[in-house]
Parts: sequence; C-alpha cells; structure tokens
Amino acid sequence: MAGLDELIRAVQEKYTQKEIPDFRVGDTVRVHVKIKEGDKERIQAFEGVVIRKRGSGTDATFTVRKVSYGVGIERTFPLYAPVVEKIEVLKRGIVRRARLYYLRERRGKAARIKEKKEWMTKK
Amino acid sequence: MKGILGRKVGMTQIFTEDGKAIAVTVIEAGPCTVVQKKTPERDGYSALQLGFIEKTKHESKFPKPLLGHFKKAGIKPTRWLKEVRFDNVDQYAVGDKITVEIFKPGEKVDITGKSKGRGFAGYHKRHGFGGGRRSHGSDFHEGPGSIGACADPGRVHKGKRMAGHYGNETVTVKNLEIVDVIPEKNLLLVKGAVPGHKGGLVIVKGK
Repeated sequence: MAGLDELIRAVQEKYTQKEIPDFRVGDTVRVHVKIKEGDKERIQAFEGVVIRKRGSGTDATFTVRKVSYGVGIERTFPLYAPVVEKIEVLKRGIVRRARLYYLRERRGKAARIKEKKEWMTKK
Repeated sequence: MKGILGRKVGMTQIFTEDGKAIAVTVIEAGPCTVVQKKTPERDGYSALQLGFIEKTKHESKFPKPLLGHFKKAGIKPTRWLKEVRFDNVDQYAVGDKITVEIFKPGEKVDITGKSKGRGFAGYHKRHGFGGGRRSHGSDFHEGPGSIGACADPGRVHKGKRMAGHYGNETVTVKNLEIVDVIPEKNLLLVKGAVPGHKGGLVIVKGK
C-alpha cells in the first residue's frame, strides 16, 4: 500500500504536465493569458517582475508586478492554470529576497533590479 | 446499483478542461475481493460482501469463525469487510476483484464514511448556534438562549438541540460527481468533501 501523501502527489503529477520554464523571483517575464470574450478567445500578454512564488503541485501560484501609467499592478496566476498559455522569461534578475514586496514602496530608478547576465551563470 | 470500498487519501485541487479550479477528494478504492454473494433467491436481496486491503500478517488476531469465512472465499483476511448493494450479482463470482473501473468520470455517487469525532461539543460547533453579541452592553454571549417555556410544558422538550457528543457517526453525502478515475493507482477523484479523516473507510455507491 502506498502512503497517503504519495498518492496525492501522484494525482498532482497527472495535472501538472504543462511545460513551465525555469524562472525565479526577480526575473522579468511575459505571461500569455487566455481571455474569453463572448465565444471568442484571444491572448493577452502581461509583462513584469515576478515578486512571489508560492505553493507546490497544482496549488502553486506566482505574482507578477508591473507599473502601468504610474500605477502599480500585481496579478497572481495559478502556475498550472489553463488560462496561462505561456510564460516567457525576458530577463534574469539578481535579488536577495524570496518576496520582493519592497518594490511596492519604490518608484522609477529605485525599483530597478540588477540583471543577471548570461556569462554570470555557471555552466 | 454498484459500489466499492475505499480509503480517503486527502484533498487537493485540480483544473478542469474549461479552466476552473475545483477542490477534489482523492479516494483509493479497491481492488476489493468478493467474499460472499447475497442473492434474491436465497437472501431476499442482491448484494456483494466486499473485502478491502488484505492483511498479510497477524492472521491469529482474527476470530476463528471469521478466518473460516475468508478461507471459504479463498483469500487472506481483510482489514475491512462490508456489504454493498449490487443490481446484477450474477456476473460476479466469489473471489472476483472489483476495481475503480466500474466508475466513469461524470457519474454521480453517494459516499458514506464515519465523520471525524469532535468529542463533547458545545452549541456553536454542534448545531451552529450564533450566540449573542459581544459588545453594546450585551449580557448574553455564549449561551444557548431559551430552552423552553415555563410551567407549561414544565420540562425541556425532547430533542432540544444542546451540547453533547458530536461526530464519529456514519454520514452519507449524496450526488458527488466523479471527476477522474486513475485505474493504475486505484484512485477516484470526487468533487467536493467526503466525511471522515484521512485513511478512513469510505463506501462509494453508484447509481
């Protein structure tokens, strides 16, 4: 008999087959979101900095923050939701926190995140 | 009618095809062995007696008459032994295995389990009483309120909802939808909650 947690994990595995790129908190991503208007479906992109990742399995979510016309906007997406069509990683960031809530108090230049260049990553 | 024995594994959430997140209960159901058949000719009704989770050790802990009963069916004694009503018992023989494949996604089932025991519970938990207001000069906070009239009837009516033992009783939840069946792992995914604690016995009854 398999353990109870093991069986829950087996179920979650079946529902987390979607291809997810490796992205971290501090990265800049473009999230392609499916939007239904009547019976038409289109894709809208939401671009910003990942400020939080939480949960595991089907329960996992991540939050993206962007500043649009001077107003900060944060959207939380379930990682494995079908509405999240695609996640593109645009930039890697160097951060020392797991939750970047401090960005909320910052504007403009102060809200920048240092970029992790390709040559900095170990092969 | 058909049914299967299972144990509650726990709850999680999954996404449906139209993109909705729903809460599901995972049940490890079967494979159950048919230990005895009840037929209309002999017993007046049709049902199958099912055994779930074979015990390989501690055979001596079972009562001897029960051991003989299992021996007749040709299987090891099982942790649980329960009767489930079946319509056509003729297609089953003693020793057959019942698996989750008797159910299909989209089917409605009734699920019976033993609810979590809450011990001696108060009015609020047991019957959902609201109690009085905390502030604004209220003198009435946690009590049950009036429990009856005065000299007529001169007693408290029978069945008056009061504090007492709550939980650890058989509860049936009706018309739960089967969301998914995973035969490789003997798993059923049912929409919503199911009575009982994790690892507890549940009886899944189909229409």
